[in-house]
Amino acid sequence: MGGGLLENANPLIYERSGERPVTAGEEDEQVPDSIDAREIFDIRRCRARAGSRGPGRGAESPFLHLPHLIRSINDPEHPLTLEELNVVEQVRVQVSHSQRPGERLVWESQKVSDPESTVAVAFTPTIPHCSMATLIGLSIKVKLLRSLPQRFKLDVHITPGTHASEHAVNKQLADKERVAAALENTHLLEVVNQCLSARS
Amino acid sequence: MAAAAAALEAVAPTGALWGLVQDFVMGQQEGPADQVAADVKSGSYTVLQVVEALGSSLENPEPRTRARGIQLLSQVLLQCHSLLLEKEVVHLILFYENRLKDHHLVIPSVLQGLRALSLCVALPPGLAVSVLKAIFQEVHVQSLPQVDRHTVYSIITNFMRTREEELKGLGADFTFGFIQVMDGEKDPRNLLVAFRIVHDLISRDYSLGPFAEELFEVTSCYFPIDFTPPPNDPHGIQREDLILSLRAVLASTPRFAEFLLPLLIEKVDSEILSAKLDSLQTLNACCAVYGQKELKDFLPSLWASIRREVFQTASERVEAEGLAALNSLTACLSRSVLRADAEDLLDSFLSNILQDCRHHLCEPDMKLVWPSAKLLQAAAGASARACDHITSNVLPLLLEQFHKHSQSNQRRTILEMILGFLKLQQKWSYEDKDERPLSGFKDQLCSLVFMALTDPSTQLQLVGIRTLTVLGAQPDLLSSGDLELAVGHLYRLSFLEEDSQSCRVAALEASGTLATLYPVAFSSHLVPRLAGELCIEESDLARGDGPTKCSRHRRCLQALSAISTHASIVKETLPLLLQHLRQMNKGNTVAGTSEVIAVCQSLQQVAEKCQQDPESCWYFHQTAIPCLLALAVQASMPEKEHPVLKKVLLQDEVLAAMVSVIGTATTHLSPDLAAQSVAHIVPLFLDGNITFLPENSFPGRFQPFQDGSSGQRRLVALLMAFVCSLPRNVEIPQLNQLMRELLELSCCHNCPFSSTAAAKCFAGLLNKHPAGQQLDEFLQLAVDKVEAGLSSGPYRSQAFTLLLWVTKALVLRYHPLSSCLTDRLVGLLSDPELGPAAADGFSLLMSDCTEVLTRAGHAEVRIMFRQRFFTDNVPALVRGFHAAPRDVKPNYLKGLSHVLNRLPKPVLLPELPTLLSLLLEALSCPDSVVQLSTLSCLQPLLLEAPQVMSLHVDTLVTKFLNLSSSPSMAVRIAALQCMHAVTHLPTPVLLPYKLQVIRALAKPLDDKKRLVRKEAVSARGEWFLLGSPGS
Repeated sequence: MGGGLLENANPLIYERSGERPVTAGEEDEQVPDSIDAREIFDIRRCRARAGSRGPGRGAESPFLHLPHLIRSINDPEHPLTLEELNVVEQVRVQVSHSQRPGERLVWESQKVSDPESTVAVAFTPTIPHCSMATLIGLSIKVKLLRSLPQRFKLDVHITPGTHASEHAVNKQLADKERVAAALENTHLLEVVNQCLSARS
Repeated sequence: MAAAAAALEAVAPTGALWGLVQDFVMGQQEGPADQVAADVKSGSYTVLQVVEALGSSLENPEPRTRARGIQLLSQVLLQCHSLLLEKEVVHLILFYENRLKDHHLVIPSVLQGLRALSLCVALPPGLAVSVLKAIFQEVHVQSLPQVDRHTVYSIITNFMRTREEELKGLGADFTFGFIQVMDGEKDPRNLLVAFRIVHDLISRDYSLGPFAEELFEVTSCYFPIDFTPPPNDPHGIQREDLILSLRAVLASTPRFAEFLLPLLIEKVDSEILSAKLDSLQTLNACCAVYGQKELKDFLPSLWASIRREVFQTASERVEAEGLAALNSLTACLSRSVLRADAEDLLDSFLSNILQDCRHHLCEPDMKLVWPSAKLLQAAAGASARACDHITSNVLPLLLEQFHKHSQSNQRRTILEMILGFLKLQQKWSYEDKDERPLSGFKDQLCSLVFMALTDPSTQLQLVGIRTLTVLGAQPDLLSSGDLELAVGHLYRLSFLEEDSQSCRVAALEASGTLATLYPVAFSSHLVPRLAGELCIEESDLARGDGPTKCSRHRRCLQALSAISTHASIVKETLPLLLQHLRQMNKGNTVAGTSEVIAVCQSLQQVAEKCQQDPESCWYFHQTAIPCLLALAVQASMPEKEHPVLKKVLLQDEVLAAMVSVIGTATTHLSPDLAAQSVAHIVPLFLDGNITFLPENSFPGRFQPFQDGSSGQRRLVALLMAFVCSLPRNVEIPQLNQLMRELLELSCCHNCPFSSTAAAKCFAGLLNKHPAGQQLDEFLQLAVDKVEAGLSSGPYRSQAFTLLLWVTKALVLRYHPLSSCLTDRLVGLLSDPELGPAAADGFSLLMSDCTEVLTRAGHAEVRIMFRQRFFTDNVPALVRGFHAAPRDVKPNYLKGLSHVLNRLPKPVLLPELPTLLSLLLEALSCPDSVVQLSTLSCLQPLLLEAPQVMSLHVDTLVTKFLNLSSSPSMAVRIAALQCMHAVTHLPTPVLLPYKLQVIRALAKPLDDKKRLVRKEAVSARGEWFLLGSPGS
């Protein structure tokens, strides 16, 4: 902001997907909706800097439109969301429920028949040497930890072949103890929280 | 003897005066000063006598006593300066000037006296200058306390107001003197005055001499203002006040330019957001007075700063201010008058901007494309010349880029930029047709827009439609051939499938806008095609040709209503729509309810578009309403042949749709035309006089109020739509009979639709009826009817409906009887049979109706009726709640929550402490309607009154968490939203609950409904951030 040099001053910007339309099934009290990739993806979204990509975007930021979705996690460096920078894409989010194919999820008074579900998220740093990769990965991981039921196993990793030290970063992100330790670090937690907060 | 008496009289008052003076000076009492001043004003003493009485104290060797003496004199002068004679003023001034050299304890009182004298009208010429010189010389202002510094500023301000010429005689010395006075000032109250003085110095053209830079230094050292008023500041000075008054000074003269511009460039670069904003806004203000000369040397740096801010900022406000500053800079450069030999800076400045931004426009995927476009548009919006320069450079580039990029989203970005530049054209009107810069690009633009309109991408189509509208708004740009093509595209887009709903809506809107400009093109190219479409559908529908035909049909109706924005088009579309409606109800086709409703909706939209033009409004009214009534009356005739078909027009929803057509077509009628219409319609219903209806040969009589069939009675709804929308001053014939019939109908039928319609109609008329005997009679009748109905068995619910509507009519106009009726309603809350209905009735009382009792329909609706209803009735509801037996308590809570829910939040806030306990109790009420309404009531309060709410944090958190597992999805969502809103309470209050809440919110994360999970994720995320670093 203060005129400091950015690592990548003019990045490519991608279209944001619109709000997920609410279907009639979602409004029906009886029908259970299963957690799908789009929902995980939506967990990442948060309010982008409205108006950054053209007129008419500014109007959509009423109160409860806060950072509840992952695709809207802010980039640590740009006033843009991870989605706009294509760091995360819906196709790179996978949800697998450990069930036989074809069987539907059954919610019975909040008891779920699939105690073991896995969410895999791959993210793509904007440039291969991006020094923020670990931080972005950590933000995604923290956001998912806070937003998903405990029965989900999380796997956050870099899209293969898109970062110079891909392996090292993946290893750090997969290590539960290191993630926990990182969050003990006040400075790191502060940066992560900033990525997860709404920008004004 | 007489002489002695006179002498005594003269002595006595001076004796009293002497006593007062002693009390003040020696006795340290404050009262006597006002007493003396009052006596001087009333003429008991002269000022001279006061001075004489003070005599010894003014010469007393003790400075405190002297100060006290002078203080008394000054206070008297402050109140009596208008009575002073010129001679007295001269002496007083000499005395006071001399006293400025006295002990520092005396100075504050001396300054007060001088302030009093500066207000004097009788001040002889020359003295103002001498006073100021004395102050500049003798007083070191900045070592005085704040109040006394303020006095000095007041003296200067007073003189500047009344002795401008004299002060200007002092030349630059005055300016210099003032610079010394204010140098180092720290108090915001004084700064406001001082800034005002500097502003006057400059704007009234006092001589600054060689001191312009000093004057700038002494003020600019406060820039950017960094001041936060202390909490509970009694002076109420805001940061914004200081910012604005300093800005007025800094931006008041071009003479400051050479000092100010470097300062602004430096501060824009600051890390602090407010400094950036202030600098950009100040630059913006400066451009109003600067010219090319002042800006010349700084243009490159200014442009670099603005560009950097717009390119890199994360704040929308900085971006907006940067763009605004660029706009005024360009405007300033465009405005300046040039000497013949000077180069025009505008061209080189714009070329600079173009050079820095052009290449970004060629990368529609990159981040900087929009900031660049916005910068160019900001500059182009400054003047016709700038617009010309930029458009002629950018437009060919963008046109070329459009063709170079093939992806829809890239094209969309480019077209959106083109649209921005086209819109700017509208700001400037060009006299000469050939000068218009767009005419050269017209063909290319048109082909590009048409390409966008046929693109598969909805987003691109949307921008294409907007661009087409803007092109159409350019006078004389589009040729008739272009228009024909455009209309063809709009026709196609109006029939798009369900998944491109937004595009279709945009196309309809664009058709409406363009139709006002080019009515001929639309009536010759579009209306016939739509008419043809309707006819073809007719036969296809008869063959039962599937739902797609139906929807095409509906699209056609929507298009017809969308283009009815011009009087000449309405004359073609309205007959088409009515003809279509008649066709649907004739003989052999069986029209579905939704079909008929669709036609009515279209009619209603056309009526809305006609409202503003009196002529079309009357045309619509006298064409559509007799036709609708005739169709309805025809349908209500007892007939055996087509019973199913006839019933369609009599169904609740169809009648409701017709009601809204009739209402919309009536509200904007002029009173005399409305009177013509009412003279036909009321007799139709009361006497069955059908002469004014077209095709009025019916098999039976129309007698809705007599013993007509139940079908006929239902048509009272149409009567209601008409009479309740009339302007208040239109007299209704046979009113007395009409009211009695309505009352009768409202209470004795087993058809709830017609009895409710009658009650509403009665209420609507009651609301508008002027106060007086007749109104009281109607009210008495109504009350009798209600009481009779409520006591006996079969018509209780009808009587209750009547009561509800009559109450509503009276509450809206603050009628005195309304309180009796509301009490009756509150009483019914404990009625075992009507209790729940009464509770829901409160929702009706507090909400805005759509059909009757609306402001648009000229009903008497007082602005504050909800507040008033709240204050009058909530205590009764609360009492009733406490007194009520257990099983009817929910009714009271429900009624209460309806009232609270509709109340403006600012009114609710002060009432909170008393009501909050009740609301918290309502959260435990098993009724989910009460829970939902209470939650939606609490949610804004959590945001707006966190202090009050934080007292109850324990209860709130527990209850919200409980409700987040309610069986009703809506309640779960609302409870989680409240849980989210709770995070707005002060963090220290919440921290003890953080862990518990985070754990509890893990459960709704696994809710079976996605919408619930969404709220849970958002609330839980917020709770995690509480008290955490970086949030």
